[in-house]
Amino acid sequence: MATRPLEARVRQSLPRVAIIELSGEVNGFAEETLNAAYAEAERDNPDVILLNFSDVDYINSTGIALIVTLLAHARKAHRRLLACGLSDHYVEIFTITRLADFMRVFPDEATALAASKPN
Amino acid sequence: MATLKHTARRFWPRRHADDSLSIAKPPARLRRVEPQIEIPPNDPIVAYFLSAPGAIELDKLHLDSPALRDLRAAGVALAIPLVSQGELVGLLNLGPRLSEQDYSPDDRRLLNTLATQAAPAVRVAQLVRQQQAEARARERIEQELRIARIIQQTLLPKELPQIAGWGVSAYYQPARAVGGDFYDFLPFEDGRLGLVIGDVTDKGVPAALVMATTRSILRTAAQHGDSPGMVLERANDLLCPDIPPKMFVTCLYAILDPSSGRLHYANAGHDLPYHSHDSVAAELRATGMPLGLMPGMRYEEKETVLAPGDVLLLYSDGLVEAHSPTRDMYGFPRLMAQVGTHAGTGALIEFLLNDLTAFTGPGWEQEDDVTLVTVSRTESEPSPMTNSTGYISLADEPVPEGWRLLDRWTVPSAPGNERKALARVAEAVIDQGLTVKRIEQLKTAVAEATMNAMEHGNHYQPDLPVELMVLASDDAIAVHIRDQGGGRPLPQTVEPDLEAKLAERQTARGWGLFLIKHLVDEMRVTTEPTHHTVELIVYREEAERGNSPA
Repeated sequence: MATRPLEARVRQSLPRVAIIELSGEVNGFAEETLNAAYAEAERDNPDVILLNFSDVDYINSTGIALIVTLLAHARKAHRRLLACGLSDHYVEIFTITRLADFMRVFPDEATALAASKPN
Repeated sequence: MATLKHTARRFWPRRHADDSLSIAKPPARLRRVEPQIEIPPNDPIVAYFLSAPGAIELDKLHLDSPALRDLRAAGVALAIPLVSQGELVGLLNLGPRLSEQDYSPDDRRLLNTLATQAAPAVRVAQLVRQQQAEARARERIEQELRIARIIQQTLLPKELPQIAGWGVSAYYQPARAVGGDFYDFLPFEDGRLGLVIGDVTDKGVPAALVMATTRSILRTAAQHGDSPGMVLERANDLLCPDIPPKMFVTCLYAILDPSSGRLHYANAGHDLPYHSHDSVAAELRATGMPLGLMPGMRYEEKETVLAPGDVLLLYSDGLVEAHSPTRDMYGFPRLMAQVGTHAGTGALIEFLLNDLTAFTGPGWEQEDDVTLVTVSRTESEPSPMTNSTGYISLADEPVPEGWRLLDRWTVPSAPGNERKALARVAEAVIDQGLTVKRIEQLKTAVAEATMNAMEHGNHYQPDLPVELMVLASDDAIAVHIRDQGGGRPLPQTVEPDLEAKLAERQTARGWGLFLIKHLVDEMRVTTEPTHHTVELIVYREEAERGNSPA
């Protein structure tokens, strides 16, 4: 089975919302890419960082640990970290691990951005 | 014979540590009880009593003496010093005569004779009492030392860790006045091993109690597998409020990853460990204050790698501070040289103890506890498959009764290969009537169990594959995953605490077994001397059972 190393693209959407578009696998090999993307997303000091998992086909326990680390950084910096585009299975994983209690999970990017708009 | 107004009152003197005399209360049967009169050794009356033996009328004395005032206030009219071997051991004190006449020369002669005979008897009584007190004190000290030894030896590890490809040894010899040395091993569920060595200032029961407290605090602080610096920082903050004044604890805490040989360590003022590599010993330096001195301390963290053939030595100062008959100290340079000189990984502890005996000579009275812990990496990790230690391949095992074999294969131990395992499991169960959700759950559980087998069982050795077998029964699907790193039970799963992880009080990792347990209906683990087998079972749901092929 072909493996797909993680790729990440960072883009700005709404003011003060940065989106990290992920594709490939979130596992032990993804640490450098994920951390670099997160650092880039933080550069403009956004209020919200959205992780888009639409093109992610595999997350293992090491990948979960990487997401936990990002969430810890975000909370320290008083930023909201959101997730979208997770498959039903990974939504279940986010629920089992209680990640979903600390980062809101949306079905897709549009829903996540709608919820991120300032009132 | 003169009639005395009072019975001759015997004021039994008591000698204190500061050499003062006190006149004890007379026995209760006497009619009057006088207050205890303290006579300090520097009171002028002492010199007077020694220079003027015989009965002395206190009214006729002109001395600026607090003791004289006290004696007069107590109603003493005549005092006869009890002197033994030039030392004032007591006084025979009398009040005024009942006849209100002065004491006659006969009275005085009688009293002087009595004093001459009583003085040595009083002295003997004092010595006997002193010896009894000393014997009781010695017994109390011995009892305390016994308690200290029991506390210490009860809390030291009873067993050494057994890790394939590694040797762990420990030696602990308490001094007569037990010190506060301790060591500990903390196995983590991910296969890493925590190593602790420490030394409490002071000796005896206080040191043993602080040692016991510190050990518990360290175990609590380390239980989530946090980095050594964080663990020492937390332990220090917990210990500071309760440690007695002027006491502190030196402590080294290291975490060894046996699969890679990586050793992370932090040091709270303990003697620097030695790392022997290619017959050269190097100190492992990391700075940090001892535990218990002040809260809010930070501890530097360092890392090294123990290669095959390397040895790590942890020790306490009882070894380096041992003295030779000529009062030379064993010292760090000699220890470092000996660690480097020692060839091989077999018995560094024995080698060092022999050297210590040669240095101190026979009849050495050990001054402090001697504690040594060595961790050695064997030249090459044993491979159960290649050295025929009895490893049984899944391919050689019969399919259990009531089950059908769906697939059986191996995966080389390399990072990322769990993806191959989960893909093949998915293919094997595709026509078994499981829902998509159940298949996804099984795939993730298989991936996590395969990762554990490759990493913790086989240490990612490419020549040690992980074996997988998929079975089906009328009720369930089972996947067996076997590594080649048996010999010790897999650690129990600890529920990860996400809040602690987010607060960085717990490592972000540690989700593997947790996920497996939540994604399958049953997980069984069997441990054999050569391998572990993890069995994952998902039951067919009632709705699908009828649709599954026969």
